[in-house]
Amino acid sequence: MAFLKLYCRNRSAVLGLVILVSVLVLAATASIFFPDDPFRLAGKPMSPPGENGYLLGSDTLGRDVAAGIAHGARTSLLIGGLATAVAVLLGVVLGGFAGYFGGWIDDLLMRVTEMFQTIPSFIFAILIVAIMKPSINSIVIAIAVVSWPAVARLVRGEFMSMRNREFVQACHIVGMSDWRIMLREILPNCLSPIIVAGSLMVATAILIESGLSFLGLGDPNIISWGFQIGAGRTVLRSAWWVCTFPGVAILLTVLAINLVGEGLNDALNPRLRNRT
Amino acid sequence: MSSEMPTPALLDIRNLHVSLPASAERPYAVESVDYTLGRNEILCLVGESGSGKSITARAVMGLLPAPHVAVSAGQILFNGEDLTTAEPSRMREIRGGEISMIFQEPMTALNPVMTIGKQIDEVIRFHAKLSRRQRRTRAMELIDSVHLPDPARIIKAYPHELSGGQRQRAMIAMALAMEPKILIADEPTTALDVTTQAQILKLIKELQRDHDTGVLFITHDFGVVADIADRVAVMQQGEIVEIGSANEVLNHPTHSYTQRLISAVPSLQPRAARELSTNVELDVRDLRKTYRSGGGWFGLGGAEKIVRAADNVSATLHHGETLGIVGESGSGKSTLARCIVRLIDAEAGEIIYKGTDLRPLDRAQMRPYRSKIQMVFQDPFASLNPRSKVGRIIADGPVILGAKASDAEKRAREMLELVGLDAQAFNRYPHEFSGGQRQRIGIARALALDPEILVADEPVSALDVSIQAQVLQLLADIRERLQLSMIFITHDLRVAAQVCDRISVMRLGQVVEQGPTAELFANAAHPYTRELINAVPGRDWIPDARPPND
Repeated sequence: MAFLKLYCRNRSAVLGLVILVSVLVLAATASIFFPDDPFRLAGKPMSPPGENGYLLGSDTLGRDVAAGIAHGARTSLLIGGLATAVAVLLGVVLGGFAGYFGGWIDDLLMRVTEMFQTIPSFIFAILIVAIMKPSINSIVIAIAVVSWPAVARLVRGEFMSMRNREFVQACHIVGMSDWRIMLREILPNCLSPIIVAGSLMVATAILIESGLSFLGLGDPNIISWGFQIGAGRTVLRSAWWVCTFPGVAILLTVLAINLVGEGLNDALNPRLRNRT
Repeated sequence: MSSEMPTPALLDIRNLHVSLPASAERPYAVESVDYTLGRNEILCLVGESGSGKSITARAVMGLLPAPHVAVSAGQILFNGEDLTTAEPSRMREIRGGEISMIFQEPMTALNPVMTIGKQIDEVIRFHAKLSRRQRRTRAMELIDSVHLPDPARIIKAYPHELSGGQRQRAMIAMALAMEPKILIADEPTTALDVTTQAQILKLIKELQRDHDTGVLFITHDFGVVADIADRVAVMQQGEIVEIGSANEVLNHPTHSYTQRLISAVPSLQPRAARELSTNVELDVRDLRKTYRSGGGWFGLGGAEKIVRAADNVSATLHHGETLGIVGESGSGKSTLARCIVRLIDAEAGEIIYKGTDLRPLDRAQMRPYRSKIQMVFQDPFASLNPRSKVGRIIADGPVILGAKASDAEKRAREMLELVGLDAQAFNRYPHEFSGGQRQRIGIARALALDPEILVADEPVSALDVSIQAQVLQLLADIRERLQLSMIFITHDLRVAAQVCDRISVMRLGQVVEQGPTAELFANAAHPYTRELINAVPGRDWIPDARPPND
């Protein structure tokens, strides 16, 4: 309860949470309001919003833009969440090991991390998806692979600063095992920055997924916002609505997640707690 | 001294109130405080942490963290001018020009990316119209006046290139650049070693006399007060409870709080020697630990730095005794403690406990011995996991050694009682406790494993003097009751005199002298030991103000 109160002090974070919950509800109810396959050719192509029974218009092939957005929300959130979970898991494990043990383990893991960081992340993601076949799995893997180094760096720093704290030394002295120290003593003390970084990473993941779909590297059987924008870009001047509404959806979702992340940061970071 | 002459006060603080935000424990940080500071006088403000002594000084400088903390009533008259209502531009002129301040931690008070010369130059440039050359000459004079060697080199040095004492001297040079009428010193020697502290105190006194400065000296250490003060004001909970000449307050205190504080100051007179067993509990022989840094891969990067933190250290701990390891920072005393409890691995030597050399043992082999040697840490705030409940912190040790959860819990409750804490503490988090209580929790954690040897690394140096006395008493009781042998690491010779049966003096990784406490204090053989003993603040002051009913 105290946490909720702290969180609600930040107005824009509350706004972000409201938008995010709306997107979640939209994704959850997509099959109720738009029971048909979003790829189905529903009627007259290029209908402007509000005409021919299309709330947000139809695209060049007569697919319902509104249905696409609702179903696309599922894809975006699913991929964003999944990819982030994989990246955070990988990053926490590798960063934790590097920070806790230090020495040659740290050197080795950090050189590997740096190797990943030197390649521009979006191009790297394209490369991975192009090598594997475009599918949900390959996209999740690609996004996770380009995202984990940041988490690993963060967790390594946290573990390094914790490892020499006296309370950790006290655990060594009673003979606690390394696993137990890492999981039960250090990790709970680094959770706040990890949660904040993770929440912001969901937004980045959604953007990467949209970018990949836009370039035609998305899963061909699943509708997504990026795919919709890609499909509408040739008719941007004659049928503005095909690109605009999915674009607004991406904008709002990413903005909402960023606001939530910032709100979590304010609420979880004790140094910012007294900020007015 | 000057306090006897009725000269008009340089600084006259009348009925000062500083308010705290509504969420704080008390409404005022400082409440109806009155005091005066004359020319050529050193007034010491003494008090424990949270007594409001720093806040009064900051109020004078106009450095309160407004708007949360602000002067809400009263006057601060500086030569008759009320500083509480002064314009910001006037305050800027006064700060650094007429009133200046030195801080506890010179490393953070100096800008790390500017040379010392530049930082002194800035002060002069802001307050006076002088040419570049004149300013440089003045800066050189200042550096020379605080007895820093080779001013031409110091002026070009960055703060990290100087030692702690040199940095504090540089800070003093900066503070004195404009010949201020008042110097406010906020715990200026607390972060320094005792020998450096003695030099800095001497320097402040000398400069104050030469320049007729009024010094407002804030400290928690009665020894320092005895060395430096003309007058003393004792603060408690934001109020001044007693103010008077140094002799009155230190030797004939009237307020019960002052009496309590002074009686809590450990005496330098070693306590009577005890009968000791000659059974050796732990024998450390020729222990060696070297730290290397720099170098980089394949010898690229800077030159390798080698620090011998423990250089062939030997020490013997007898059954039931307290062995003190005394030394200044960097002497290797903490390294020695951490080698003994096997937190760090020494490269060579022997740590013999009941016939077994513990040094070469690996983690699994060490496990059966873990419970026998336990440690109490220095910082009561860092040594407890903020996310764990107190009960779990204490019970974890027995659980790891294979006790059943219910037994471990019972043991933890017993330990809490043993160290004088309420049983309710079991389900609370560390942040709900004060520093002294946390240190008790740390002791309970160490005792939960039923150890035979307790290694205490500066266990009281982060605590206020009255709490310090209680924790020392607790440690002494426990040692008696549980027949523990103790290795007690401290930089404070007063504490060592009261706690230790024998003392080893360490310097630069080596034991320079060891012997029974009384003998060591009476006739130290090594010049460094003598230097340490002579540097103890307030050495000549023997507190005899025990409350009558104690």
